[in-house]
Amino acid sequence: MRRYEENRMYRYLRRHKKFPNVWCPGCGIGIVMGALIRAIDRLGWEKDDIAMVSGIGCSGRMPVYMDFNTMHTTHGRALAFATGLKMVKPKMHVIAIMGDGDALAIGGNHFIHAARRNIGITAIVINNSIYGMTGGQYSPTTPTGSLATTAPYGNIDQPFPICELAIAAGATFVARGTVYHAVELDRLIEKALVHEGFSVVEAVSYCHTTFGRINKLGTAVDMLRWQKENSVTREAAAKMTPEQLQGKIVRGIFHERELPEYTAAYAKIIEQAMAAQRKA
Amino acid sequence: MEMNDRYEIRLAGEGGQGLILAGLILAEAAAVYDGKNAVQTQSYGPEARGGASKAEVVISDGVIDYPKVIAADLLLCMSQEACSKYVYGMKKNGILIVDSVHVDRVPTSRAYMIPITKIAEEATGRRITANIVALGIIVGLTGVVSRKAIEAAVRARAPKGTEALNLKALEAGLAEAERIRAEAERGQSAPSRAS
Amino acid sequence: MAARLMQGNEACVEGALAAGCRFFAGYPITPSSEIAELLSRRLPQVGGSFIQMEDEIASIAAVIGASVGGVKAMTATSGPGFSLMQENIGYAAMAEIPCVIVNVQRTGPSTGLPTKPAQGDVMQARWGTHGDHPIIVLSPSSVMETFLLTVRAFNLSEKYRSPVILLMDEVVGHMRERVELPPPESLEITNRVAAHVPPEWYFPFEDPSTDVPPLAPFGEGYRYHITGLFHDRAGFPTERVDEIDAWIARAFGRIEQHRQDIISWEEDFPAGSRVLVVAYGATARSARHAVKLARAKRYRVGFLKLETIWPFPEEITERLARQCRRVIVPEMNLGQLALEVERVVGRQKVRRVNLANGEMITPQQILAAIEEK
Repeated sequence: MRRYEENRMYRYLRRHKKFPNVWCPGCGIGIVMGALIRAIDRLGWEKDDIAMVSGIGCSGRMPVYMDFNTMHTTHGRALAFATGLKMVKPKMHVIAIMGDGDALAIGGNHFIHAARRNIGITAIVINNSIYGMTGGQYSPTTPTGSLATTAPYGNIDQPFPICELAIAAGATFVARGTVYHAVELDRLIEKALVHEGFSVVEAVSYCHTTFGRINKLGTAVDMLRWQKENSVTREAAAKMTPEQLQGKIVRGIFHERELPEYTAAYAKIIEQAMAAQRKA
Repeated sequence: MEMNDRYEIRLAGEGGQGLILAGLILAEAAAVYDGKNAVQTQSYGPEARGGASKAEVVISDGVIDYPKVIAADLLLCMSQEACSKYVYGMKKNGILIVDSVHVDRVPTSRAYMIPITKIAEEATGRRITANIVALGIIVGLTGVVSRKAIEAAVRARAPKGTEALNLKALEAGLAEAERIRAEAERGQSAPSRAS
Repeated sequence: MAARLMQGNEACVEGALAAGCRFFAGYPITPSSEIAELLSRRLPQVGGSFIQMEDEIASIAAVIGASVGGVKAMTATSGPGFSLMQENIGYAAMAEIPCVIVNVQRTGPSTGLPTKPAQGDVMQARWGTHGDHPIIVLSPSSVMETFLLTVRAFNLSEKYRSPVILLMDEVVGHMRERVELPPPESLEITNRVAAHVPPEWYFPFEDPSTDVPPLAPFGEGYRYHITGLFHDRAGFPTERVDEIDAWIARAFGRIEQHRQDIISWEEDFPAGSRVLVVAYGATARSARHAVKLARAKRYRVGFLKLETIWPFPEEITERLARQCRRVIVPEMNLGQLALEVERVVGRQKVRRVNLANGEMITPQQILAAIEEK
């Protein structure tokens, strides 16, 4: 019991209130949640200063378990809600938790525009390549050729490359990790959290319940093992040929640059406008 | 009866001619500087330039309920289309002013045909001030707002740096109205009035 | 304050600022854009913030997010944008987040007539989002009323923790009129009740002393959960019918039980009136004009102008209509609020006057209806 209480995880969970969680046994979302908690714990941030905003889907349920200021919003709109909150509470650490369908299909417009503004929100996109909660329909990151409950003949769509999309849209910190490499993932999240500006972490997860079952990829453990065997660091990837990189997940920080953060830029507008007003 | 003292003005033409601004200035002259009640409404198409555009002003000493023109006491037409469309929506002895630069077919003999755009060009070198010239003509012919009020409203609403230019346009319009009145008093058929 | 010639949309901005609005998110759309343009200039002057979002869905979402941060927030739009906002208006209703949504109505459906007026969104304002939900809708008929009802929209929103819709129309939004705004200190301004218990005792969705629990802003020590799912008193998702029923009873109750406070109207009803004209928004201007014309012709006509349209003012409508043979309901739609009037006074008594082609209903059209029979 002592060890239970001392585990730092539990300082951040609404453990008396909201467990067990809704996720399937073996789900990768819990690993992302753990990585996020470790990152926040290392930063030593006050829980009162953290807001966590999510959309709809399996990932959308994460905030309910976390002892922060939490908002579970509508499908795809987490970043838009988070933008309003960040504008009026620029000192708060605002984290948006989204799934791949949530962030990139129904919420795709908000994703690119939040990136374009470089607003100080950390967006964590948990990519399991499928709509899990609704039963395994193909998402904007489902690989071409994979099966889904709405792609019984195989998916003919091209998947969105999340990190490239984020960079092109103007995000100033972009990284990718996998849930298998959990410790590395929490380091990436930590860097994203302290970054001033719009930061994106693609957390590559899996859904053994729908995607894995439909595509005959085995159990959660099999899918984790696949991640272990089919992902490489950015450094290793630099030394590989395009053929060797085929089908591999590349992990690491892809983009990091300094640009004025949106609410800081707006604070200057307020300052100017108020000064001019006082003069007038 | 409040409704009987409504004076209804319709300014019609094309987008870009500044008619909505003219309506606004006229309403402001009445409401702010003459202390009357005034309501200005507008109607325009989706085009920023060139589409049909219309401003309406209702001026009254009493309460103004219906905010639009029922039958115009004064109609200004700055385009042929506007003239053809609105000329029948006038009171029996309403005043019709048309810009003869833009309008050549007027289905009535009782119209002031005035080359408003040309007057603007001559007075200020800017065709775009035709709307303010028209205001001068309207005020000069009808006295619906005081001269002081219209000058103050033009000064207040003209884009910064163009106040003098616009006041010159207003002056040109007032002078044209003066000329028309003088000729009418001499019993001559005013040359600008179609017969 | 001095008399000014002011546009309806401008009066909405003045009202919002006077009410304490300090956040606006919106997307350009005619005929509401002046509200965004003016607030983009004015808000930072008073320390507030303005943001132009990528669409109307994002706009209302940002408004709710800002309100959760403790700031009075508003968006403004017209028909197509209002349609896009519906889902998140439901979120605000479910999560009980105060916010003001201005809809300067234009003729629809679809893109319709972007620069022409209509009152076609009356039912959408009430039922636009899915599921049963409480809502408050106000509709101004003049520039001055736009100012006053915008203040009132914020006050009601804060007081009852509810989204409030200000249903304007193109005529009122673009119309310029002479107004003398009341001095700010004469206005009654309501702010949401702050949480007054220690965080560990705080329930964002239950307070034994009131049906409108205090709403603590994010970031000030009260860590709690907000969701669009049905939730318990702490905000956590629930499927327990007892908790769901409790939410429904309280959420609807807080509006229903305060109808008298929420509903406002203006009546001009001389004793012995035989015909009642019920109108709202720009059409109320035509209606009042028609009533005066009719009285000059010795018709005995009463007039009821509704400012609150949802919840529908049944009490006053019923009380006045009971004394009349006929009730005339002019609207710039094909008969929306008339359905409510008919529900309250019976179909036989009601004569609708409708126009949905982008033109205002004229006093003469209403007069003709008064003169019938």
